[in-house]
Parts: sequence; structure tokens; C-alpha cells
Amino acid sequence: MSIYLLVDFGSTYTKILAVDVSNEVILGRAQAPTTIDTDVTIGLNRALSELVDTCGLDLRQVEGKYASSSAAGGLKMAAIGLVPELTLEAARRACLGAGAKVVCSYGFEIDSDIVREIEAARCDIILLCGGTDGGDKRVITHNARMLAHSEIACPILVAGNRVVSDAVRDTLERHGKKVYRTSNVLPSLDMVEVEPAQALIREIFIAHITHAKGLDKAADFIGGPIIPTPKATLQAATLLAQGTVEEPGIGSLLVVEVGGATTNIHSVADQSPVTPQTVIRGLPESPVKRTVEGDLGIRYNAPTIYDFIGRDAFLARLRDLYPALDDPSGDDQRFDPDEHIEYLSKNVGHVPTTELGLNADIVLAESAASIAVERHAGTVRQEFSVVGEILVQHGKNLLEVENLIGTGGIFRYGLRPERILSSALFNPEKPWSLKPRNPKTLIDRMYMLYGIGLLAEHFPAPALRIAKKYLTETDLGS
Amino acid sequence: MKRRHVNRSVVIGTIGADAHMIGGWVLEKAFKEARFTVAFLGAVVPQQEFINAAIEIDADAILVSSMYGMGLLDCEGLRDKCTEAGLDDIILYVGGTVAAPLELEKNWPEVERRFKEIGFDRVFPNTCTAAEAVQALKTDLGID
Repeated sequence: MSIYLLVDFGSTYTKILAVDVSNEVILGRAQAPTTIDTDVTIGLNRALSELVDTCGLDLRQVEGKYASSSAAGGLKMAAIGLVPELTLEAARRACLGAGAKVVCSYGFEIDSDIVREIEAARCDIILLCGGTDGGDKRVITHNARMLAHSEIACPILVAGNRVVSDAVRDTLERHGKKVYRTSNVLPSLDMVEVEPAQALIREIFIAHITHAKGLDKAADFIGGPIIPTPKATLQAATLLAQGTVEEPGIGSLLVVEVGGATTNIHSVADQSPVTPQTVIRGLPESPVKRTVEGDLGIRYNAPTIYDFIGRDAFLARLRDLYPALDDPSGDDQRFDPDEHIEYLSKNVGHVPTTELGLNADIVLAESAASIAVERHAGTVRQEFSVVGEILVQHGKNLLEVENLIGTGGIFRYGLRPERILSSALFNPEKPWSLKPRNPKTLIDRMYMLYGIGLLAEHFPAPALRIAKKYLTETDLGS
Repeated sequence: MKRRHVNRSVVIGTIGADAHMIGGWVLEKAFKEARFTVAFLGAVVPQQEFINAAIEIDADAILVSSMYGMGLLDCEGLRDKCTEAGLDDIILYVGGTVAAPLELEKNWPEVERRFKEIGFDRVFPNTCTAAEAVQALKTDLGID
């Protein structure tokens, strides 16, 4: 046996998975509320003792521990670029792919109002981009000057026009800012290169943010670096899709992760044009992509989802799932959706126990998943020209994606998780949205994907085999 | 108008609903060989994308290709948008089958006049070579 603990300090719960890497089995899992405001190890120890109680684990046998964290707001970043669709978009992708939450983003010259917004946003890192290599120098230079004269104390990562990177760094350093510099996220318009920036974001997270978030004690316990949770999930998705030298992956995939505050979508698939003649527009897409919808979550953001779909549609979908809602002899006659949604947003730790509550969660989650996947997936539109019809595609074509995976609390505890995955599929009523048409569907009932991502860095092949073993295939037709 | 510093960089693409790509490719190759930085946007490019690219790469010129006869309609307003976006000294060229073939043959001076009226610095008929386009831009930029 070689036992490893995989810990996630989530915003609400601290979760632990115990895996036996040599036998490739999950020994157990446990969780307890995260205690980041006092001492993060309190929650950790509670989860640990639950783990010991439930699966009879002897902690002395543990050979190693790895951890991720999204506690204390996760990794919050500001992205600054030049043209919103170009360097700013590349900067945002760099942040998202590093597992960050982009709390504010700005194109063109920033002014003093924007600087105050950035100061107020209390970011962990600012990513400063602008201009392709040899392109515009003026705007990034101006923006660096504005940041230099601000009260901002967090590290600033410069990844813009190479020609002025040194000057930009000097400007910032002269005013006492902590500056990191790497290559341009958009060296030329046909090349998005976010990996160097992402590697540095990870280093900065480990060097500064762990301490700033009060995770020092957690890092001491783990005995190694803590990475952002979404980064761990993205690593799991990449490993699962692409495989290793000794163990094949499962092919292209889309991961839907519905949470209380946000909905994360990860895809590992090529941009692939809809037809060979299709014209592709916009920045090139990388195979591994993450988007996060900060307005879609089934607790904190339940009211936003509810507003999107509307009271009538919400009730109609709920009736469809739960016909007893209208039963005159039942207890649910007094159900007021407005009140229920309000309650959820104020009691973010709420775990439903009634049929009605469980079904209401499903309605919220399927709506969140549907909107989030629509925002993640590419689009196609028809243009008519003198030579006939042309298809113009923006973003990723996910029509032929081979696997669709659901993860997050709702897939573990909720009713009918397959309903949520169905909403991520191609919808004939919206043929322009390139969502998966006929994927194999898998559910992460163990809520283990983050752990697979943590393990992937050290034991890729066993991690992949464990993931394959514990993902449950499901039939959306039933 | 104050002449900009020369950055030896151009944006090339086929405008509007036009899916022709070859003309743009040929130009891309010719300008790269002439040591220009080229942002090649491909076909079916909206005006805004030409402008976005020009801002980001700090372009000296936007070279618009149009091969399906509707160039005038597609190009109208590009100069105004450039001005609005702060690209007030950018050079605009258009070339290809920029109007109906019969018009090109019979009424070239009129076609040229109308493109110049909407703000293009030069208009090239479909008989122009890539080398001629490169030379024209070098002349306009005042480099060799």
C-alpha cells in the first residue's frame, strides 16, 4: 500500500480523499466546513478524524499529501490588455487557465477611476498585457505608469509587448511594486501563448498567496505547495483526455462543474472547424480551455439564475421534474419560489433534504450548466455571398466531443444528476451553439476530479486509471 | 497630417462576406519577404477586426482584399472607424476585384475615385502584382 491524501481547501468545505496509489483504489473520503477565518487546520483536522473513523485509516501509513485551495476567495486576478478581443482576451485566458478568478478586466488606457476599482478589488495578482511583440507600446507604458502611482501592493505580472517589457518593469519597480516578467501572451495575432504566464502565476500563488490567504499552516501540514483548485481540475481534465505514454486517455471531453457561487466549464478538444470550408474567426483557441461564470452558482448566485430563466419557466421546469408540486393534498402547496431562492442565497451551506428542495436544486443546476456551456462553446453563423453560403465559426466546435463529465457537490448529493448533463448538450433550437451532440456521459460521484489533478503531477498513469475506474458512466435517456 | 513613425507592419485580410483567401496569402508572403510584420486575418473579416488588429500590432497600413465585386459596400466607413479608434494616420489600401468586373474594365477611374472618396489612399485593380503593392507601400512610408 502507498497511501496519499488529496486535500482541497474549498470555499465552503475542506475535502479529503485517501487513495492507495499502488493498488489504484480510493480508500475513502471525508469533509468538514472550511475554517479559513480562524485556523484552517481546525476544519482539516475534523475532516481527517472523520476519514479515520469512516475508513479505518492509519495516518502513520500516509506516504504523501497534496493540496489545492479555493478558500478565502480563491486566486483573484485583474487582467489588463489593449484591445478587448485581442490582448485582453489572451490575458483573461491566461488567468482562467491558471485557475484564477478574473475579478476585473480592462482594455485600452486605464484612468484613475479604474485604478481605484483595481485597488478596491483586492486582487492577488495583476496581469499587465498589451501590444503584440513589436506592436503597440504606448498603452502598456501608460498603464504601467498608472499602476506605478497607485496604492496597489499585490504582485504585478508583465506579459505584454516584449519591446517595452523592461521599461515597463523598471517603471513599476521604481515605485516599489513587486514585478514579475514573462513572454507576451499574444506575441502575434495568430499565436496565443499563455503557458509561460500561467507557470509564473502558479509560482506567485505558491510564493505569496498561500501566506496571504492564511494557508501557511495548511502548507506546513501538506509539506509542499498548494495550487488553486480550478488548476487541479483542469490538470485532471487534461490527463483524462490526453492520457500518458503508458495509459491512453479517453479522448476529447467537456467537464461541467456546478458550484455554489460559480459554474466552471473545462474543455480539452481542438478548435476543429465545423466543415473543412468553414472560415474560423477570432483568436486561435488552445486545446485546453477553462471558462468560469461568476454569475452562475446554485447558492450565492441562485437569484441570478432565477432571474435569467424567470419565475414561470422555473416553476414549469420544477413541475416537470416534480409533479407532486400541484398535489392539493400535499405539503408543497405553499411553496413560493421567490422565497426559496432568497433562502438559498442566504444559507449557502444548505443541503436539501426534501424531494422539492432537491428538485429545485436540479432546476437551478441544469439552467446554470446550460448557460455556462453555451458561453464556453463556439458559435457558427451563415453568411451568404455571391459564391454561395459560407459558414463562419467563432470559438471551439464541441459538437463531436467524445465525453461529457459532471463534477461538483450536486453531482454527488443531488437527485438525477443526468438531467444537469443533458442541459449541456446540443440544442436543435439553438443550432448556432456548438455544444456536444452525442458524447459518452460520465459522473464524478466520488467528487474526486480535483484529487486526480493533484495526483496527476506525481503519478500520472495511476491517477488516470483511478479516474477511469471511478467515473460512473450514465445514460441520459433514462 | 503628422506622419507616423514607421513600424514596418501591416494588417491584411479579405473584407465582408467574401471567402476568397488566395489574394491575401500572396500579399502576406510578399510583405513578409520584404521584412514587414504581417497580421494576416484570412477571409470574411469584419471592419472592426481590421481595426483591432491594427491597434494591437501598431500597423502602418491596412491592406484590404475584396474579390467578389462588393468591395465598395464593405469598405464604406472603415476610414471613419479608424479615425474614431485613434488610427488617424494609418494608410488604407484596397485591391482585387473591388467592383463588378465590367465596371473595372470600363470605368476604372470612377471606381478609383469612389474608393478614394471614402478614405482609401490607393486602389489596385486585379491585374496588380504583389511586388507592386509592396513597392507602393514602401514609397508611401518613405522607406527605400
